[in-house]
Amino acid sequence: MPDRLDVLKTYKLFIDGKFPRTESGRSWPLNSAAGEPIAHLSLASRKDLREGVEAARRAQPGWAGATPYNRGQVLYRMAEMLEGKRDELAQAIASLAPARSAKGKGRQATASLTPQDEVSLSIDRLVCFAGWADKYAQVLGCNNPVAGPFYNFTITEPTGVVACIAPDSPSLLGLISLLAPPLCAGNAVVVLSGGTNPIPAAVLGEVCATSDVPAGVVNILTGMRGELLGFVASHRDIDAIHAAGVSTDERVLVEKGIAENLKRVKVHAQTPWTDAAACHSPWWIEPFIEFKTIWHPASV
Amino acid sequence: MAKPANGTTTIASPPAAEFASGWTYAPAPESVKVQIKPRYTHFINGVWTRATGETFPTLNPATEQTLCEISQATGGDVDKAVAAAGAAQPKWAALAPGERAKYLFRLARRIQERARELSVLETMDSGKPIKESRDVDIPLVAAHFFYHAGWADKLAYAFPGRTPRPVGVCGQIIPWNFPLLMAAWKLAPALACGNCVVLKPAETTPLTALRLAEIIEECDFPPGVVNVITGDGRTGATLASHPGVHKVAFTGSTEVGKKIAAATAGSGKRLTLELGGKSPHIIFEDASLDQAIEGIIAGIYFNQGEVCCAGSRLFVQESILDDVTSRLRRRLSTLRVGDPLDKNTDVGAVNSRAQLDTIRNYLRLGADEGATLHECGTAPLPAKGFWCRPSFFTGVQPSHTIAREEIFGPVLSVLSFRTPDEAVARANNTPYGLAAGVWTDKGGKIFDIARKLKAGVVWCNTYNKFDPASPFGGYKESGFGREGGLHGLRAYVDF
Repeated sequence: MPDRLDVLKTYKLFIDGKFPRTESGRSWPLNSAAGEPIAHLSLASRKDLREGVEAARRAQPGWAGATPYNRGQVLYRMAEMLEGKRDELAQAIASLAPARSAKGKGRQATASLTPQDEVSLSIDRLVCFAGWADKYAQVLGCNNPVAGPFYNFTITEPTGVVACIAPDSPSLLGLISLLAPPLCAGNAVVVLSGGTNPIPAAVLGEVCATSDVPAGVVNILTGMRGELLGFVASHRDIDAIHAAGVSTDERVLVEKGIAENLKRVKVHAQTPWTDAAACHSPWWIEPFIEFKTIWHPASV
Repeated sequence: MAKPANGTTTIASPPAAEFASGWTYAPAPESVKVQIKPRYTHFINGVWTRATGETFPTLNPATEQTLCEISQATGGDVDKAVAAAGAAQPKWAALAPGERAKYLFRLARRIQERARELSVLETMDSGKPIKESRDVDIPLVAAHFFYHAGWADKLAYAFPGRTPRPVGVCGQIIPWNFPLLMAAWKLAPALACGNCVVLKPAETTPLTALRLAEIIEECDFPPGVVNVITGDGRTGATLASHPGVHKVAFTGSTEVGKKIAAATAGSGKRLTLELGGKSPHIIFEDASLDQAIEGIIAGIYFNQGEVCCAGSRLFVQESILDDVTSRLRRRLSTLRVGDPLDKNTDVGAVNSRAQLDTIRNYLRLGADEGATLHECGTAPLPAKGFWCRPSFFTGVQPSHTIAREEIFGPVLSVLSFRTPDEAVARANNTPYGLAAGVWTDKGGKIFDIARKLKAGVVWCNTYNKFDPASPFGGYKESGFGREGGLHGLRAYVDF
């Protein structure tokens, strides 16, 4: 019997700016590699997903309507808050790091990545996309030289509600890499954390709650990813899916979501998570924007 | 002005201009004759396949006469075409980009030179007025190849920070409403980016795609770069799910698009879908009404309304509803429906009996659900052929089937609104998001509305304008991916 009993935290879901326990009442004890209890996590259900999507749908127009400058500042604020929680996050990554025990595909690219480095890269990735918020529209939009007296230009608009399906590993960096690009472009997101170590995702919810992210713009569900994937794919109010670290079967399942309501689906196969040049590109944003082309006569 | 006996002056209103009785048009048939073979086969690996196997007729929808017999591609034909494209692709991609460009420039030029022949053939096979195939479809086809030709050696500038490479073999399935134009939209960017193609034109309108294959042959393209196979939906399904196809591009209905998406899920194939629409056309009380009426007419009756981006839901601000309706009725009565090969024809034949049945079913549904049909024009329609008078419905509720579903015919639903917010909310209340139109002379308002409409193309104070440099494609269930312009290239490159 220890002299002092640890107070174990139960991490809750993050939906609509609040921290509900799952409506299903299910929770999940997490043990460290050494077998000691670390924390409890909420096991999100289909109804939690639905509530997350509803919150995202409500919040999305306001987020899309915020100025790009403002969205950039909010993402930068998230980076600031992450920096402040650096040790907690590094510990969360280390406590259950699946790459050390599992033989997952993601392992090779990130095996040498220390938890502290992973936090650093995650912060830098957020800062990068904070900067993209008011620039990608200029890089990806254009005016079009049509053969007639018209102003014709193509602008970008966010797709809407994006579900981010995070890989098991790297648990934090993978999640941030999937979240930041659609977020900076004015989409609202519902995150499904990786299954093997959801603690960083749960901590990220606490970051969002304290960094001016409007309620509902980011929603985070922890739990068994496999259980919820099919519901994400078939949900008709999810406009797009951004996924990584999924198996071949899961990829088929997720892409069947296109047939449901023409979801835009981007699944990353091999991702060089630590390669900033590859991951900091506006082409990570492009799958989650719609191009609108506007014509107007330039004659009387 | 008469001066009556009592000394007062009355001003008689001028006689209304009346053209209906004394001002009939003389027939003005297009005189160019085109050669059509009795039977066409598939164009695979630079040669025309032997004439064996099942065939089906392609009709002139204006006369119901068979133009010729078309071959139904089998699974084996699809295999051969995909293999030919796969074999040709590495060489085509390895060609100096400037040389690849020159093939496309040469093709564009030959299309311009054979434009009249292509226009007549298009009109005979599809039923669209010669005025449109001659002035819109075929010039845009040539322009599309010309525009994309120039991209072939400039792709490195198109994608900042990325090095584009071809996707590989593209399976392209196109509809019957703009047969050759859709072929151009598909082929030009694919070829410019170094891909090779298996193209399947629609079952009812294969002739211009086959003629294009002849022109491609004439332009001395390397064998296998472009393959054209004909057949019905079975051929399309086989092509879309063929393991040798790396990219599927489809234009057609949302229903079929979803089937293709389900069939290709998890296959690693790239996919672009340009699907249906129920595009809103909003007209505010401060619009220039004369121009707006012309825009509405062009928006819904162009190509018999068989246009995915047709402005089929007209939202009129309540204060001008009566005025707009009466102007519409008047303008509609001047449209000439009839022989598509007549140069004065405004509205030609519907593409097929099946489509005519679909349209008639919606006309019945509209009346059954309580809307009022206004059918204009009384001149007799030809006895043979698939004809539908242009019409519009008033008294339409948003819940009516005709206000929700794509009709793909010359049928407009007229609805009203009071405030700009209401117009936007009702316009966006659809699973589709292909195009939209707005008419107002207030600059800030027009861009505010354009910004709020969920549609891939927004025409402000104009409608149904197309250009190879202008990206086209939808939001929501109207599909994804763009065709045309810089953005259209993205579908045909990998990073």
